[in-house]
Amino acid sequence: MTFLGMPPVAPPGVGHLEGTEAFPAAARRALADSQLRANLARATSTIRAKRARVVGELPDWEELRAAGEAVKTATMARLDEHLERLEAEVTARGGTVHWARDAAEANETVAGLVRAAGATEVVKVKSLATDEIGLNDALAAHGIAAWETDLAELIVQLGADRPSHILVPAIHRNRAEIREIFLREMGDVDPGLTDDPAALAEAARLHLRRKFLSAQVGISGANFAIAETGTLCVVESEGNGRMCLTLPRTLITVMGIEKVLPSWADLAVFLQLLPRSSTGERMNPYTSMWTGVTPGDGPQQVHLVLLDNGRTAALASGTGRAALHCIRCSACLNVCPVYERAGGHAYGSVYPGPIGAVLSPQLTGVERNASLPYASSLCGACYEVCPVRIDIPSILVELRARHVEESRRDHRVPSAEAAMMAAASWVMGHPARFRAAQRAGRLGRLAGRRGRIRRLPPPLAGWTSARDAPVPPAQTFRQWWRQERGGS
Amino acid sequence: MRISLFVTCLADTLFPQVGKATVTLLERLGHQVEFPAAQACCGQMHVNTGYQREALPLIRRYVKVFSGADAVVVPSGSCAGSVRHQHAMVARRLGDEALARQAAAVAARTWELSELLTDVLGVEDVGAYYPHRVTYHPTCHSLRVLGVGDRPLRLLRQVDGLALVELPESVACCGFGGTFAVKNADTSIAMLADKMRHVLSTGAEVCTAGDSSCLMHIGGGLSRLRAGVRTVHLAEILASTRAGTGGLR
Repeated sequence: MTFLGMPPVAPPGVGHLEGTEAFPAAARRALADSQLRANLARATSTIRAKRARVVGELPDWEELRAAGEAVKTATMARLDEHLERLEAEVTARGGTVHWARDAAEANETVAGLVRAAGATEVVKVKSLATDEIGLNDALAAHGIAAWETDLAELIVQLGADRPSHILVPAIHRNRAEIREIFLREMGDVDPGLTDDPAALAEAARLHLRRKFLSAQVGISGANFAIAETGTLCVVESEGNGRMCLTLPRTLITVMGIEKVLPSWADLAVFLQLLPRSSTGERMNPYTSMWTGVTPGDGPQQVHLVLLDNGRTAALASGTGRAALHCIRCSACLNVCPVYERAGGHAYGSVYPGPIGAVLSPQLTGVERNASLPYASSLCGACYEVCPVRIDIPSILVELRARHVEESRRDHRVPSAEAAMMAAASWVMGHPARFRAAQRAGRLGRLAGRRGRIRRLPPPLAGWTSARDAPVPPAQTFRQWWRQERGGS
Repeated sequence: MRISLFVTCLADTLFPQVGKATVTLLERLGHQVEFPAAQACCGQMHVNTGYQREALPLIRRYVKVFSGADAVVVPSGSCAGSVRHQHAMVARRLGDEALARQAAAVAARTWELSELLTDVLGVEDVGAYYPHRVTYHPTCHSLRVLGVGDRPLRLLRQVDGLALVELPESVACCGFGGTFAVKNADTSIAMLADKMRHVLSTGAEVCTAGDSSCLMHIGGGLSRLRAGVRTVHLAEILASTRAGTGGLR
């Protein structure tokens, strides 16, 4: 297909890539929820420590990261070729490949396949791609019930909630809350259920077993696809995914086009990077791989839906392209001081945290997620842990620049911020002007009491809402220097 | 050695004692300090807020002012980080390849204070005396953009009279982040609350760091709480001697 001009971004109104309010407002509400703060702080600090321990065991961790980055960079540079190879190999082995330009196309394709299979129920492997496109809602509109089988996804689904973490969608819930959801929503649960994690898992196991045994269609995402053999790979911890991948007659996989890897040798790098970064484990518990159809064994109808939904637009964007290297480990969420306090819902997208702040705005176009690139103090903790070395702070800075440039293009009257930044540049671009501004700024001394300013006017009022501001000194450094040392 | 001081717009305007301390310290160690008066700002606030076009004249000025310097010292991890990590990148993005090359050359001679002392001047014991209980906050850009590692701690450990207490969760961001502190004030304050809790848990009288901006943030919060802990820049501690602080405070 030939695109004229820029490739399209993900369409609005379908799927879960943008919230209804800007990050600062959504975060403010989350910050006030002390239970959420406690749940997040406990969970993220536990995973952080586990990850640090197992990563510290590997003397060649930095080399592994560099290898992961190199494979992804090279793959993205020839993505079209790898995808066509993948399609050819999947097809040659009895699978069917479908290309979906966006969320709406992908949803229609999947709904059509489920209906063709004569099913009204599907079981699902935990999948970010299907959540990104809002597949469950789309299937429901076609009269098809989709059952989430990942424990955390099940908790989210039963609680009529939204996922708030890439790896642990119900990270914002503690076990007491989970017990309440199960008692309320699982019709067949033992009323004496305790909040012991083993008891909760057993309740989910009994609840799901019936679904596994009756479902005719399984739906999954994919962590990786190997182009050279047309093999798909799902990495999970519970084994519920493997039930969905092996028991139903029809298996439908929805995969973002950036997940393809050229070869099995490449996969070896990522199967080392992913579990240590993600769950803090040395090796992943359930790694399922399937190649087309195996007659008489497992699903006899195998479909692969390749999803664009703004990815080609991100690929075309230069600096931002590296966001597509993400392998969804969630290490950046767990170390992010903003995520740890504001939680995943504040980002409004299925991709929260630092990676979401650089990925979501690129998939939707920056203007539809304009507050996300600013939802970071640029502390750099995300870049430090990213297993494929995505320089998230630099991409955030790039997206901020694009946002400002697009705003400048679209508005003839500059915003207050733009005017202030232009003025600051004009002042600081010349020492005489800077000295004059410093003299004017010393008027701030009048506002000070005992060396501190307790209230500043907008746009700095946010500063003094909880922080004092310093009173400008009687003498700037350059005045002192001139007085002491003379010269210009 | 002849060392040019880039004092930073923030220290120049609001925290002149940091610039004075840097001068006092380097001169005490036998070096010649110059202050090119044509300097202004590194442009980091503009770049980090998305205003790269407005940052360009500031980057051009920095490059012009310091192109002849043997070594530039910056008493700020984030401003030194901006010079080293952002200047050439912004110039290149806006199509000025010649400026990008010059900026990279000047950046290679630009040092954050603890880097200059330990790596260039080869000194860890600067002869300082500071009889206080102190905890050190490693600012994010010192730590992750510049990679200063334990250099500031090595310098602090040699200070006579100083009791250094470890800050719990020290590598967590204090929540400043430039305009982040205003645009996302609530999240920033939540981060600050945890940082202050850790600072107070040490029982230190003084919280130090290599960045006036982060110290302004932490200090502004501690002051609002009347917490009784003050923030002092690393340069001020290293400049202090038994003879006093050189009239700095």
